[in-house]
Amino acid sequence: MTAALTPRNVVIAVLMLLLAAVPVYAAVTANNFLVTLFTRVLILGMAATSLNLILGYGGMVSFGHAVYLGIGGYAVGILAFEGATSGFVQWPLAILVSALFALVVGALSLRTRGVYFIMITLAFAQLVYYFGVGLDRYGADDGLTIRTRSQFAGLLNLSDRAQFYYLCLALLVVTIYLIARLVNSRFGMVIQGARSNDRRMRAIGFPTFRYRLTAFVIAGAVCGLAGALLANHTGFISPATMHWTRSGDLIVMVVLGGMGSSFGPLIGAVALLSLEEALPVLIRVAASPLFGDAALRMAEYWQIVLGPLFLLVVLFARGGIDGLLAGARRG
Amino acid sequence: MLLFIEQCLNGLQFGLLLFLLAAGLTLVFGIMDLVNLAHGSLYMLGAYFAATFAAWTDSFVLGALLALGATLVVGMALEVVALRRLYGRDHLDHVLGTFGLILFFNELVRLVWGPAGLSLSLPMWFIYPVEILPGLFYPTYRIAIIVTALLVALFLYILVMRTRLGMLIRAGASNREMTGALGVNINLLYTLVFGLGAALAGLAGLMQAPILTVQIGMGENILILAFVVIIIGGIGSIRGAFIAAVLVGLIDTIGRAFLPDLLRLVLTSRGASTVAPAMSSMMIYLLMAIVLVLRPEGLFPVSSK
Repeated sequence: MTAALTPRNVVIAVLMLLLAAVPVYAAVTANNFLVTLFTRVLILGMAATSLNLILGYGGMVSFGHAVYLGIGGYAVGILAFEGATSGFVQWPLAILVSALFALVVGALSLRTRGVYFIMITLAFAQLVYYFGVGLDRYGADDGLTIRTRSQFAGLLNLSDRAQFYYLCLALLVVTIYLIARLVNSRFGMVIQGARSNDRRMRAIGFPTFRYRLTAFVIAGAVCGLAGALLANHTGFISPATMHWTRSGDLIVMVVLGGMGSSFGPLIGAVALLSLEEALPVLIRVAASPLFGDAALRMAEYWQIVLGPLFLLVVLFARGGIDGLLAGARRG
Repeated sequence: MLLFIEQCLNGLQFGLLLFLLAAGLTLVFGIMDLVNLAHGSLYMLGAYFAATFAAWTDSFVLGALLALGATLVVGMALEVVALRRLYGRDHLDHVLGTFGLILFFNELVRLVWGPAGLSLSLPMWFIYPVEILPGLFYPTYRIAIIVTALLVALFLYILVMRTRLGMLIRAGASNREMTGALGVNINLLYTLVFGLGAALAGLAGLMQAPILTVQIGMGENILILAFVVIIIGGIGSIRGAFIAAVLVGLIDTIGRAFLPDLLRLVLTSRGASTVAPAMSSMMIYLLMAIVLVLRPEGLFPVSSK
């Protein structure tokens, strides 16, 4: 990797510095809102990064990726509920169960192509969603409050906002690094080859099914860890975490940020979640000179702007934000 | 036994409703190769239009007809303004773009009709049950849904297989360029097909409206069921959609009705009442998984293009 001073590298460097500075800013101004928001950004950025491995590099449009957030979250929640609060038990189990589930789903769904694949991954996610809704002992529809955060034998205190934030940031950076290493390895080349022409890859002797399945399982496992983080962050887990619209959000993050780019999903997570916070404010500011007090009501309907924005990204910015940054270098 | 027949009828009614939704979805996918997640929004709009127009005109039938026309127009406008630009793109683009449209429509409905749901009341003559078998009374309205949906299915069959328009639709599906080169206005044809699909979704929505509350997001869960239906039936096949829809409707309804009793035979009653609701929601997804494992292209695959 060359550290050239391209617009894209500058943006990524500035972004990482800003992310690292968030808890410092919060400590100085005694305002915790940003830490809470950006912890969420980091966790969902990690989930989106894992999705990018199969979606961006592998061309597998999984429309049920949020299910692993739910599985990881429920692993933490259920264990905490039953009295096992040690993170050394909870987190590996969250990863393991997610990986096993991904193995089953992947083994079945990778037999299909195109829109069938999109829909079968969605259907399996729905299956687990309804399973969660039926979990009467663990709150069913209303979800489960997690009273004790994962315990790490005094090494880490997850109740400390800054510590938890830096843990998430570190895990995210490790994830991005490992996935970047993975896609540039021989394994990653096979995955990307299978995306462009699966038949040809098989013809030259790669059992692509196994490679794709492995990638699918890795993505699920990483997202399961993100789910364990998310449950610790919100102190709550409910089936809504794995609603299919959450899976849609993850796809939006990947595409918005830039598919098949290492930092793209993180950029997408930052962009989407910031947009969700900023759009109501923007609408209020833009509309208040024209409509006065009515602007406050208009700001409630910010999703009416967000939806068509997705359509515009699809139509005019296929490479996402990362693609625009890369294009700026060439232009 | 009477209960079983009644549940079968309920399942049939639900299945046929799913068929209306799935038929539009599978038409649009089979012909334009477009994955339209916003199909559920058209279903929702159909219900909202019906509730509004029925209140204005004070007549359920008149309101329903107006709502049908309105969804047709909205569907065609949607195709011309936005979805036309997505043809020929990646399926991922379709998912993302139409996902955005769902957010848009949900918010639009909240803006126009407010966050609270609406209700649509039936005319008196629809409410009374009729005796269809000795001792078995069944609501007139549900019978009306079954009859309407069967008529629509017949209409679709005749339209696609027996008319000139249907011939053009099939031609456009198998080779777009060639059909266009022969002087057919492909753009207009696609807009019409999309409008037809939208009207079918609207019809499903407005017929379901008196049974459930009309609310934001009502189209989303049933949309996923409609996707399950077209996957099981084979994407692009109306016949497959019909059979799969009835199958899914029956399994879902009968499962919900009888699974708790069946489970009680093997589990404790407390265990059964815990497991049953989740199991019955999961059954159709299991069915889909099984079908896909055995026949990855669905039960009635459309011969490859």
